[in-house]
Amino acid sequence: MSGARKSKDRTATIMLWLVMALTCGMLALILAFLVSKGWSVLSWEFLTKKPRSMMTAGGISTPIVGTLQLVLVSMGFAFPVGVFTAVYLVEYARDDWFTRALRLAVRSLAGVPSVVFGLFGLSFFVIFMGFDPSLLSAGLTLGCLALPVIVGASESALLAVPRDYRDASYALGATQWQTIRKVVLPAAFPSIITGAILSVGRVAGETAPIIFTGAAFFAPRFAKSIFDQVMALPYHVLILATAGTNIEKTRPIQYGTVLVLLFFVLGMTMTGVLWRARLRIRQRAQR
Amino acid sequence: MRTSLKEDRIPRIAVMTIASLGVAIMLFILYSLVRDSIPILAHVTLSDLLFGTHWYPTYDPPEFGMLPLIAGSVSVTLLASLISLPISLALAVFLSEVCPAILREILKPVIEILGFFPSVVLGFIGMVVIAPWMVMNFNIMTGLNLLNASVLMGVMIIPIVTSLAEDSLNSVPKDIRDASFALGATRLETITRSVIPAALPGLMTASLLGVMRAIGETMVVLMAAGGAAMIPRSIMDPVRPLTSAIAAEMGETPFRSDHYFALFFAGLLLLLMTLALNMTALWIESRAKRLRS
Repeated sequence: MSGARKSKDRTATIMLWLVMALTCGMLALILAFLVSKGWSVLSWEFLTKKPRSMMTAGGISTPIVGTLQLVLVSMGFAFPVGVFTAVYLVEYARDDWFTRALRLAVRSLAGVPSVVFGLFGLSFFVIFMGFDPSLLSAGLTLGCLALPVIVGASESALLAVPRDYRDASYALGATQWQTIRKVVLPAAFPSIITGAILSVGRVAGETAPIIFTGAAFFAPRFAKSIFDQVMALPYHVLILATAGTNIEKTRPIQYGTVLVLLFFVLGMTMTGVLWRARLRIRQRAQR
Repeated sequence: MRTSLKEDRIPRIAVMTIASLGVAIMLFILYSLVRDSIPILAHVTLSDLLFGTHWYPTYDPPEFGMLPLIAGSVSVTLLASLISLPISLALAVFLSEVCPAILREILKPVIEILGFFPSVVLGFIGMVVIAPWMVMNFNIMTGLNLLNASVLMGVMIIPIVTSLAEDSLNSVPKDIRDASFALGATRLETITRSVIPAALPGLMTASLLGVMRAIGETMVVLMAAGGAAMIPRSIMDPVRPLTSAIAAEMGETPFRSDHYFALFFAGLLLLLMTLALNMTALWIESRAKRLRS
């Protein structure tokens, strides 16, 4: 092998290592910056008190609870629909027009811009269905956005269930539905849950779909019904950082809110990713 | 394989009905956007909408020229792709071809988790870190501009493109690499002449899906792009992409006003652009699958 070719190869390898190192360094820098700025703001008070004095003081309990409520409503819709869509695609689907339309629709949904989901939610849930800007409208809009994520994760979970399980069940005389309900779904369930956890991470961090479907600029108390508006962590960051006259004054609250949001979203996704990795190792070991 | 019992048909139909909701939602999205954007065409011609250079929706009389918004979307997306696609592909090559297995087990999940980074947090970083830094180091009035938003949007799409590109490099059979090494090629030569060509459809799909995400991204541009509805002349100019115009203006727009319809039209444009990219990616995938078999 000639020296020039060898040194070229080595240079390329070094460059690739460098790109990776720089990327990781940037990431570490961003995280360190956000933690260092937000850490001192975090306290029990900050997490459990409501905002007061035109949101320039107090805590962020209303946006925290609002975000949790939005996650619950969106998952209440997207989880069952997503799992059953995957069940259809994996267990029932034939190669017909409906299956192709369904695959195309799920694929297209995954690419719809989040702000377009917001417009759809405004036009359909808020106005057409008459839900007004509310927890329900915003939650359902987020649910539509999470649907393709859950379908994708559930599909691969169902595909990973060995064929033998189904054959054994049929051999015992079970119907297809009994097989799905008693054998396939329980076997796939842990992986399905990890997919749901990942989509919770996505839903909790989204802002654009809820701006005009139910996120409140300010709400004095927690939402008592699904027809109330809610505050949400990402929207709280947006308005404190861009609207109003107290942008500089509320900077610490902004850093604190960003950090809480980040902990929640990254914590969720990390749980999902690590748990899924463990499940995959166990599945490999079983074979 | 399976017995078709009568009692088995009811659950099948039930599951199919629930599954059809996905199709219904996609159709409803298309329908809502088309229905609520058509009325604007009664007042403004299509070419004035698409090529008009003045976006003054709240003036009297209002002007709904979307060219500055479209130029904003396209310029941020292009610059972000220019920044992030080479980095993403390099990262993917590193992970799949160079990285030691143990390190890879750590880095892959880290990159995947990064893909969930809330965009509002990135936009916030643009406002509190990048913008002041730009004002300090360049002779400009505001640091909220095309470059700022593009860098952040690049950060946003790197994890997406890297994951997808790595998958496609990884699915290149090991035989191809072995054959190349056996012929005396170095690793670089193997990567550029054997592995990348074999994975090309997958790499193209990954890039297209990254671009698709960039066009639809809202919070980063809403917070960091500056928001001026003008056609940018330099990368330090503020821009107002379609997404940020919708997010910023829809809240203050009277229901079913011309402005409201115009913003839905902007949403329809976005939807069509992302659908076109998605379908192109799908087409490349299915063509590659057919060629392989």
